[in-house]
Amino acid sequence: MDTEFMRKFLPMYVKAAGLTLRLGAAGILLSLVVGAVCCWVRFAKVPVVRRVAGAYIELARNTPLLVQLFFLYFGLPKVGIKLSAETCAVTGLTFLGGAYMAEALRSGMEAVDPVQNEAGLCLGLTPAQNLRFVILPQALATAIPAIGANAVFLIKETSVFSAVALVDLMYVAKDLIGMYYKTDEALLMLTVAYLALLLPLSIAFSLLERRLRHAGFGRAV
Amino acid sequence: MEKTVLEIRNLTKRFDGAGVLNDISFSVREGEVIVIVGASGCGKSTLLRCINRLEQPDGGEILLDGKPVGGGDMVAVRRQIGMVFQSYDLFPHMDVLGNLSLGPVQALKRPKAEVEAEAKAALARVGLADKLHALPRQLSGGQKQRVALVRALLMHPRMLLLDEITAALDPEMVREVLNVVLDLARDGMTMLIVTHEMRFAEAVADRVIFLDGGHIAEEGAPDQFFHHPQTERARQFLNTFEFDSIKKS
Ligand SMILES: Nc1ncnc2c1ncn2[C@@H]1O[C@H](COP(=O)(O)OP(=O)(O)OP(=O)(O)O)[C@@H](O)[C@H]1O
Ligand SMILES: [Mg+2]
Repeated sequence: MDTEFMRKFLPMYVKAAGLTLRLGAAGILLSLVVGAVCCWVRFAKVPVVRRVAGAYIELARNTPLLVQLFFLYFGLPKVGIKLSAETCAVTGLTFLGGAYMAEALRSGMEAVDPVQNEAGLCLGLTPAQNLRFVILPQALATAIPAIGANAVFLIKETSVFSAVALVDLMYVAKDLIGMYYKTDEALLMLTVAYLALLLPLSIAFSLLERRLRHAGFGRAV
Repeated sequence: MEKTVLEIRNLTKRFDGAGVLNDISFSVREGEVIVIVGASGCGKSTLLRCINRLEQPDGGEILLDGKPVGGGDMVAVRRQIGMVFQSYDLFPHMDVLGNLSLGPVQALKRPKAEVEAEAKAALARVGLADKLHALPRQLSGGQKQRVALVRALLMHPRMLLLDEITAALDPEMVREVLNVVLDLARDGMTMLIVTHEMRFAEAVADRVIFLDGGHIAEEGAPDQFFHHPQTERARQFLNTFEFDSIKKS
């Protein structure tokens, strides 16, 4: 192992990790928004839009992110829409993640006993109050493990961003291997970098999950 | 003559074309306790659920204090009609105090401190003063149903609808819940009660309504209904509770 090499290129990895984290976080947050909208449209049984949401979820979950990215980055300019590489990356990640988040939220909503809804309504809560105080806290508690798994999954998926010339972790590693042939060192640093990003995220979600369960939320275990 | 709290006129309800309630009419006076009995599937729950519009009736009229229910602000009507179900329906993510104060604080916009003080006192009256911060899953079935009753009462409803609130309880817990209901009846709470506990029905009811085939087949004072039923259907129904009549063969 060439530790001198590793020390020298560490700042490049740190910078790339920052990009991965920034785009990944943006994608995750927007995915949650898209997922929540899809989930709402399906539960409120909004006609037509509900079918569109269903079709979108199937499309997004059954095509690779790389293909979605190529479509955005190389396909759209052909019809006159030119987006920056970062915009393409976040859009693609959101397109993919929104579908997964919609499914996670749906499983949470479905786990809430329908009688809970009726109990809230019988207490004279408005439908909005009922959603906020009775339904959502229970649904989210059930959905948290799946949301956490999706977040980790989406960060890992950012490794295809290098395909649209974004200098993310994967890009740096490939670059260094190409230039210096220090394959072992570059890959080791790549692995450690992803672990450094994802382990804390996984642990944070496990802790959150345990806390919610301890508080009597959800129905897990 | 007491005021009429609830009036039901020609109520009908169909599920998938099948008539579950056909032309039901009766009224409930202030402070009156009406017990509704009938075979499983005869429409007792559907009747209660139509009253606060958990189900949409197909015909007829329901009046609360003379004003038609439905076609408008159901939220306001539900605030005046308390309901407790058979299944334990406490909110599992809130402690007992949270369950009790949610309605008064959010729906009625009452000050939290005032509601919590009232909740504590009400909980003590049903023997659960020490359960203020317990979670629903830490309570027995009987304790849960008592909390559910208190939760409905804290809304200060005009009347209560109770749908077989002891049906899922172990026998030794039935008593503690029914005692609370008997106390409420004594305090003059207007109630519409569905139950399979015939001894309790006889003790608590001012009037009994026997539903059969979606109609009111018989209606009367409890000692008349339970001891001198007028219709053959009512006699058959009451007989199903008489174990003496089951002959060993
Ligand atoms: N949502 C529904 N969709 C279709 N049919 C229903 C629905 N709810 C109730 N029914 C039917 O309506 C009839 C009356 O049901 P209901 O629950 O009111 O009876 P019940 O008298 O309360 O019975 P039980 O004593 O078993 O609680 C039953 O035949 C039932 O199958
Ligand atoms: Mg029923």
